[in-house]
Amino acid sequence: MKFTLSWLKAHLETEASIDDIVEAMTMAGLEVEHVDNPAEALSAFTVAHVISAEKHPDADKLKVCTVETFEGTKQIVCGAPNAHAGMKAVYAPLGTYIPGADFALDRKPRKIRGIESHGMLCSAKELNAGEDHDGIIDLKGDWAIGAPAAEALGANDPVIDFEVTPNRPDWLGVDGIARDLAAAGLGKVITPAPKQIRGAFPCPIEIRLEWPEACPVFAGRYIRGVKNGPSPDWLKRRLEAIGLRPINILADITNFVSYDRCRPLHVYDAGKIGQTIVARRGKGDDQVWNDHSTRERVATANQTIDILEAGGDPARVLIEKSGRSKSELLEEAWAVFDGLDAFRALDGKTYWANPEQCVIADDRHILGFGGVMGGEESGVTDGTVNVFLECAWFDPEITRATGRATGIESDARYRFERGVDTGSIETGIDLATQLIVELCGGEVSEIRMAGEAPSAPEPIEFPVSEVKRLTGLDLPGGIVTKILMDLGFGVAGSGDTLHVEVPTFRRDCSMKADLVEEIARIHGYNRIEAVSLPKLPGRREPTATEGQNRARHARRALAVRGYHEAVTWSFCHRDQAALFGGHGKGLELANPISSDLDVMRPTALIHLLTALQENADKGIEDPRLFEAGPVYLTDKPDGQRMAVSGVRYCAAGRHWAGTREADLFDAKADAIAALEAAGAPVESLQAAAEARNWWHPGRSGVLRLGPKNVLAEFGELHPRVLKALGVEGRVIGFEILLDGIPSPKKKAETKARPALDRAGLTPVKRDFAFLVDSAVAADTLVRAAKGADKAMITDVSVFDVYAGKGVPEGQVSLAIEAVIQPREKTLTDKEIDSVAAKIVASVEKATGAILRG
Amino acid sequence: MAGPGDIDALKTELLSAVEAAADEAALEALRVEALGKKGQISLMMRSLGQMSPEERQTMGPALNGLKDTIGEAIAAKKAALEDAALDARLATERADVTLPIRPEPRGKLHPVTQVMEELAVIFSDMGFTVAEGPDVEDDFHNFTALNFPEGHPARDTHDTFFMKPREDGSQMVLRTHTSPVQIRTMMTQKPPIRIIAPGRVYRCDWDQTHTPMFHQVEGLVIDKGAHMGHLKGILMDFLAAFFETDTVEAQFRPHHFPFTEPSAEMDVKYSRAGDAVKIGEGDSWMEILGCGMVHPNVIRSCGLDPDEYQGFAWGMGVDRLAMLKYGAPDLRDYFANDTRWLAHYGFSPLLQANLATGLS
Repeated sequence: MKFTLSWLKAHLETEASIDDIVEAMTMAGLEVEHVDNPAEALSAFTVAHVISAEKHPDADKLKVCTVETFEGTKQIVCGAPNAHAGMKAVYAPLGTYIPGADFALDRKPRKIRGIESHGMLCSAKELNAGEDHDGIIDLKGDWAIGAPAAEALGANDPVIDFEVTPNRPDWLGVDGIARDLAAAGLGKVITPAPKQIRGAFPCPIEIRLEWPEACPVFAGRYIRGVKNGPSPDWLKRRLEAIGLRPINILADITNFVSYDRCRPLHVYDAGKIGQTIVARRGKGDDQVWNDHSTRERVATANQTIDILEAGGDPARVLIEKSGRSKSELLEEAWAVFDGLDAFRALDGKTYWANPEQCVIADDRHILGFGGVMGGEESGVTDGTVNVFLECAWFDPEITRATGRATGIESDARYRFERGVDTGSIETGIDLATQLIVELCGGEVSEIRMAGEAPSAPEPIEFPVSEVKRLTGLDLPGGIVTKILMDLGFGVAGSGDTLHVEVPTFRRDCSMKADLVEEIARIHGYNRIEAVSLPKLPGRREPTATEGQNRARHARRALAVRGYHEAVTWSFCHRDQAALFGGHGKGLELANPISSDLDVMRPTALIHLLTALQENADKGIEDPRLFEAGPVYLTDKPDGQRMAVSGVRYCAAGRHWAGTREADLFDAKADAIAALEAAGAPVESLQAAAEARNWWHPGRSGVLRLGPKNVLAEFGELHPRVLKALGVEGRVIGFEILLDGIPSPKKKAETKARPALDRAGLTPVKRDFAFLVDSAVAADTLVRAAKGADKAMITDVSVFDVYAGKGVPEGQVSLAIEAVIQPREKTLTDKEIDSVAAKIVASVEKATGAILRG
Repeated sequence: MAGPGDIDALKTELLSAVEAAADEAALEALRVEALGKKGQISLMMRSLGQMSPEERQTMGPALNGLKDTIGEAIAAKKAALEDAALDARLATERADVTLPIRPEPRGKLHPVTQVMEELAVIFSDMGFTVAEGPDVEDDFHNFTALNFPEGHPARDTHDTFFMKPREDGSQMVLRTHTSPVQIRTMMTQKPPIRIIAPGRVYRCDWDQTHTPMFHQVEGLVIDKGAHMGHLKGILMDFLAAFFETDTVEAQFRPHHFPFTEPSAEMDVKYSRAGDAVKIGEGDSWMEILGCGMVHPNVIRSCGLDPDEYQGFAWGMGVDRLAMLKYGAPDLRDYFANDTRWLAHYGFSPLLQANLATGLS
């Protein structure tokens, strides 16, 4: 919302400076976004007197002027035809930035056709002070040399732009701003009450309200014999200053009242509308409208109307070709619209109205969307003589729905959808009438009032103690009452509980807390004392949850292992998701920011892999990335899982002491490290070659606790998946779902550890080499060995895997070392042999392996 | 029969032989020759038995002395030879210590997660737990329960991402703020409540200063008697702790949020220091967060009585806090995953923000 200082002063008597006003607005919740002071842009420009203006010796159209400026007499070469001796002009010294032309004068005098020019005399356009560029500014009045040009041009009215929060439609009128500023102590409200003009004759137009929920009240008035045309300067300046384009007096008056009082109005050319005005539901059918043939008929009708109204040869040709009259053709074209319940709006576009939308219509045509935008056909023009003035109230939600469906943005929609004062019908029509009569003349009918304004807001029983309860401010009742009354509330009673009447322009206030805000806001939030929150009594448990701690520790484990932590988009492209099993049900975005990000990701690997490639493209060696973030399986709250995923290349790097290429066992190690940090019982983890199909079929696996609880997948990514994602080279990675990690059993009574079992006897190590079918998992063999004597065998590890010469085809030689831990006494050779035999027997039974001789 | 003179001669002879031994083998041969079972000294010791007591009185100690002297000399020589051998070996074991070590890549943690951990630490000290909620939210939690009525213009300000409609016509949204966690918390916990809820949020907006996904942190206090003065106090305490400054100058401006009443925005005084800011000095105001007293309708929609329970909430951008404190200027970099950026602006995994050793 924009307004000027002078406009505000029409409603607020104040001596406050612009800075004080901005500060007061800010502290009352009117957040100032920008103050544009045109005087600032013109600060370098001053009034100068032209002493003489002689023709340039070498150029017909140039004049050499002698000019008295604030810095002495200057010689200036000027091209303006109106430059003449004795005029008061606007002088720009050398080096000045010329805002309207967007260039700066040279710092040194320039020769123009051989004569030095020491500055410039400016046109209105060059100063952004008007359109005139035919000559330089010729100031009227007695302006002294050196007077600020801004003052001489009347361009010293700052424009304030501020954010209107959706709860405060009353701030969309300058009168509402003045009311709050007066309450905040900045001055006195002097908003003039409009003159009431008695009607000289009955309003000849009937008004019928067929949809009272959408339009419960509609006041109309007929004014005959007006003279429309360009608005007077004061009105034009006011509108131009806030960025509105003046059109004609009648249209400008409606815009003025809309901004002055947040009271949108509409003026119809009474000669172009029927005798009855109806506010009703639209009758158009979306399906019919969206039909191709309908669109074609509408386009043709539009074209016919445009051609005929433009007149000239094309219109003549059209009429001749059709063999009918212009009025017949127009009639036929308009009938197309009427049949569809469509109309051409003031923005030049054609709309149709469906039954969810409120239209204003006469007995034949739609005249506009109520509270949103009027029709082109019934709008006022310079030639308008009789007008019908509309001052109605439209329901915010219906207005908003219509606005959204049609995409029409208008000042009227903006106001009605936020809620225009239901008590402003009479004021609005009176003020508009007054202005029309003052500026256009004419004779005024009586007001025709249809329907009834929505009832006033409910009063609030307000215990004064609420202020202290919610803000800590201890205010006497007198201050509370004064603030509320200054804001337009009615206050009765003076005890502990006030009876507060809410004005019709403050429907945002419906409960006690709303009034507390009003009181605190005007009294000043800065007067609320900051108090540290008292500590809660007693000891507190650590505040992080188990899940948060898991992620925290896993992240650290991975960063220590060389992975940088990434944060990647939660959404991805559906084709990318399809590579990883597809997106979950219900997780397609209806309005994605881009078609590349149209579903919720089923895995974090997608963006990590593409980011890996992007890093490689920048020449970064062996980038490693991980992310601890959500993946989305369903659209239910429990369908979101915390995943920890990481990727890196199968890079070998180069080093003088030799290198090794990273492989799936690095990914497995990383996954296990992260799982261990996250608190998973890694001793119990089983690996299995059961990773899903976006992993390399032979070089990937899962880590699980039991057959169902898969905690992680790891390995090489499938080359086809990498290719589809545009990733070059071999990549290893892992994805861990932290939620599957079992929680520790109910918290132990004590954090003390059990006593250490440190076997006093030296363990015995025995090696075994087995020939086993290559399909047998090493883990199966190791587990069989471990299980041979759980009391004695404390560890079994694989120290050699060999296939090739000396090992039969389809078999592999697996060498293991078993650690046998004596418990009570040193073992005899016989006892050791007996454990070894158990190992061999157990392994043979479980895997069919044979001990190598 | 040998006399004391012989012992002296032998001693001289043997000592010079020990001294002359070139290596451990020669030394060992010498030891056997002198001290072995049939060595010269051993043989002389054996002859003690045939001596008269008077002779033995003299020769016994002399021979024992000889034996000890020679034994010690051999041991000393042996140690010297071992040392020399070790030195000789070490002289051949020489590496160019200027050669580089094997690469040991180190990763860094993302500034956003660092800041989230800092928030958790600071608020944990004030008794807040960290709460969470889903990113894919329903309309009730994201809007309706937060007093955004259906069709209210305030909904427009959120640039909401919608999921495609379900079969029943309802539409899930990507949460536009972390405020739904307020609702989930109030509906499942009994007051007093003190939570913060950091997390991902989504708005359909993408330019220099907006990304479609970013991070917010929500704060919520519900209790009897928690008022706006406490809200101011807690936020000033937080900012002082987070920006590690003693002087936070703040102003609270009235604002409007559907889910708070009264509502405010908080500005802080700041000055620029490169791409980061210094809070507590300078003379410009910077808006840093939105806050207010939880709206009675919100309290009521969570099944609590707003005349009994009251409280306040606030929300602020985590990425923005990271930018202000640590000075990475472009929001888009936070999601670009350039490892050079991460290495530069990221944090060591060995660092755990805490009150004893510091936040960072």
